[in-house]
Amino acid sequence: MNIHALLQLVASSMLINNIVFTLLIGFCPLCGAYRRLSGAAWMGVAVTIVMGTTASCCWVINQYVLVPRSAQYLHTLVFILVIVSLVQLLEMVLEKFFPWLYEAIGVYLPVIATNCSVLAICLLSVGANPVTGRPFTFVEALVNGIASGAGFLLALVLISGVRHRLELSNVPAAMRGLPIIFLSAGLISLAFLGFTGLSFAPMFGG
Amino acid sequence: MMADKFKRSVFLQNPVFGMALALCPALAITTSLKNATGMGIAVLCVLIATNFSVSLLRRWIPYRVRIPCYLVIIATFVTMADIIMKAHEPHLSTNLGIFVPIMAVNCIIIGRADSFASKNKVGASIIDAAGTGLGFFLALLLCALIRESLGANRLFGVTLIPHVEPMRAMLCACGGFFSIALVLGISSHVKLTRSKKQ
Repeated sequence: MNIHALLQLVASSMLINNIVFTLLIGFCPLCGAYRRLSGAAWMGVAVTIVMGTTASCCWVINQYVLVPRSAQYLHTLVFILVIVSLVQLLEMVLEKFFPWLYEAIGVYLPVIATNCSVLAICLLSVGANPVTGRPFTFVEALVNGIASGAGFLLALVLISGVRHRLELSNVPAAMRGLPIIFLSAGLISLAFLGFTGLSFAPMFGG
Repeated sequence: MMADKFKRSVFLQNPVFGMALALCPALAITTSLKNATGMGIAVLCVLIATNFSVSLLRRWIPYRVRIPCYLVIIATFVTMADIIMKAHEPHLSTNLGIFVPIMAVNCIIIGRADSFASKNKVGASIIDAAGTGLGFFLALLLCALIRESLGANRLFGVTLIPHVEPMRAMLCACGGFFSIALVLGISSHVKLTRSKKQ
């Protein structure tokens, strides 16, 4: 496990394979009601926490429960149940031990439980690591979850900024609302294409 | 009455264009008509099977734990669809990749189970599922038509205009956003002109 592969993984899952703009997963909350920047940022923090915990838990369950029984076909079913119960548990833990954090992100947790991006990250974390090409290790799965959540946070903040500007501009009547948001998201996604091929290897001499 | 309802759930309450639901698959897998057809059929089958079973079990599912129950039912059918697709259409299955298992938390399927099948009889639920699924299928086909013809200069793998360089960007992630924005914009333009006439 070297730090350079981990950094590359962070860049890969946050920017190169940004879950919203490149993989196109979990777009629904972006067209929802998170117009305020602070709301979008807290939602992103909640997603990051949930993705980190669920990705690592799903990795452990896959490795020590499903693989020994060769029951990998149950991935989807098991992971959904794990996510739903973990989010419930997380809600209780946060409420008890970090009330200030619960106050900020508590309302977003139930929404995140059935968001497809969380399930997608769990399913990806039992597959192959895009950087090394080998299966994920536990630390890599955890880092991948957190970095993907950070990518989601980035996307939410970017879109909320764009929406803020759009409210002040004169958009053609037919394009108002969702169409113009999609158009701007497409432009951001075009910009994210620029991250393709980003590599830290030369920087670290790897 | 039934036909009217069916038509409404296919066109007016189209899940993608009318209600902006389940956008992830609509954005991601519409790079070719073949992928869109595969995904559309898979969603249609899972939707019908889910609505059928939820409607059958509606008296026995306790209200408070209904969403986890629906998730388990949906995930079972999605797993079946995934395995069947892997066995019979391995190429399509690799193309769709993670988007087949992700269907298990698709907002359309959960939405129809919760808002329709849990309150209605089996027959009506199946018709509702078929209408919604068909609407979703049509939306996918429309996006795929735009993206494949512009981005690859092909339809169902057949070249349209020879010796023309296609706009490859339409096949990238951004093309999905552009095509949905285009279709949503046209549909809202039609709605606006119609409401002006009245």
